[in-house]
Amino acid sequence: MLINPINNGIVIDHITAGKGMTLYNILNLAELDCSVAIIKNADSVKMGKKDIIKIDKVIDLNFDAVSYIDPDVTINIIRDGKTIKRKHLDIPEYVTGVIRCTNPRCITSTEQELPQVFKLTDREKRIYRCIYCESKAKNKTLD
Amino acid sequence: MQMKHLIDILDLSVEEIDELIVKARDIMEKPQNYSEKCRGKKLATLFYEPSTRTRLSFEAAMYELGGHVLGFSEAQSSSASKGESVADTAKMISCYADIIAMRHYKEGAPLVASMNASIPVINAGDGGHNHPTQTLTDLLTIQCEKGRLADMTIGFCGDLKFGRTVHSLLNAMSRYEGVRFVLISPEELRIPEYLRHELQKKKIDFRETQALEESLPELDILYMTRVQRERFFNEADYIRLRDSYILTPEKLEKARADLSILHPLPRVNEISVRVDSDPRACYFKQALYGKYIRMALILRLLEID
Repeated sequence: MLINPINNGIVIDHITAGKGMTLYNILNLAELDCSVAIIKNADSVKMGKKDIIKIDKVIDLNFDAVSYIDPDVTINIIRDGKTIKRKHLDIPEYVTGVIRCTNPRCITSTEQELPQVFKLTDREKRIYRCIYCESKAKNKTLD
Repeated sequence: MQMKHLIDILDLSVEEIDELIVKARDIMEKPQNYSEKCRGKKLATLFYEPSTRTRLSFEAAMYELGGHVLGFSEAQSSSASKGESVADTAKMISCYADIIAMRHYKEGAPLVASMNASIPVINAGDGGHNHPTQTLTDLLTIQCEKGRLADMTIGFCGDLKFGRTVHSLLNAMSRYEGVRFVLISPEELRIPEYLRHELQKKKIDFRETQALEESLPELDILYMTRVQRERFFNEADYIRLRDSYILTPEKLEKARADLSILHPLPRVNEISVRVDSDPRACYFKQALYGKYIRMALILRLLEID
């Protein structure tokens, strides 16, 4: 399979195999007017299999969302065909607009315009809780 | 104290709680010194669900400080019935009052109000989540009755899943040295997983049991709670569990002579009225303490000495 290198843009590498489409959806990449490639199940020396996303444009990426879905990815910023920056992400303290609180008693269930904000409460187990009702995130992402 | 709102009891440090308790005790001893402290100030009580004690104790607190009270006592008599958001209500009320006490059936509603109001917001209970002023009441009661907040075994009995007063008090008491918890409930009403996780993380000494009578002899405090109908989606589950634990004089024979029995009230039938005359019953005094600690809190949030 051949996908052309990009000149200016972003490559999200080392995505856990199977999570490429989730990231594509969370980051709303379908709405971009540039070329976007998703490579699924690419061979990887380090990971066995991995997904890769290539975006043919430098966009303002929601790193917190990426890191919440898959904190072990590598972000490569490409300019003039060269990698000018390689970034490994930290686990975000807060995640906004990525997960939906599923607690029917939470205020977010009735006040729909409230931002859905989750706070990291256990770094080791990567547990996030709704800032309003403290319910644990169940990885139900926003549509 | 750098704070503008009280949403969660953990918004207050142990030192800040101590200050509030000292202030409340001073008000109890010298109420005449405080009768004009809030002259010209207005408290808005925004109660989206029914309450007797909490609302009236807030109102009594503000009146005894010389202030005024405005507000509503059910969602139907507010603009919420027209679909107004909590955020908009908080912004609007900020134009009319100096401080807000809010009770809401949705968890997190007072936090949303605090994010939008330009005046202090007090959480007066949000669904099954938090009830920090009841916790302050409980802490003042324990301090007054036992003379300390540390080195204590506290039994919580009844609805530990939906009982917001339990959750707040567990969080608050977890910060004192030598505190042990005995969590007595039916299987279906055990504390939420997030709280169990918090207690484990803080390495708090606690055990969960279904046996009330067997646990009584080891307790310094017994905190009874009501199984609340309004927290159940299913009436059949409520009826099955409401009579799970009823405290009677016979059961109390096994308890220590210096036990203190607390209850956030209202009581349904979980404490027999025959217990009321027992000197260990503190729940009506507790309601009185609630007024004094709310007076101390209002003064603190309004930055009045």
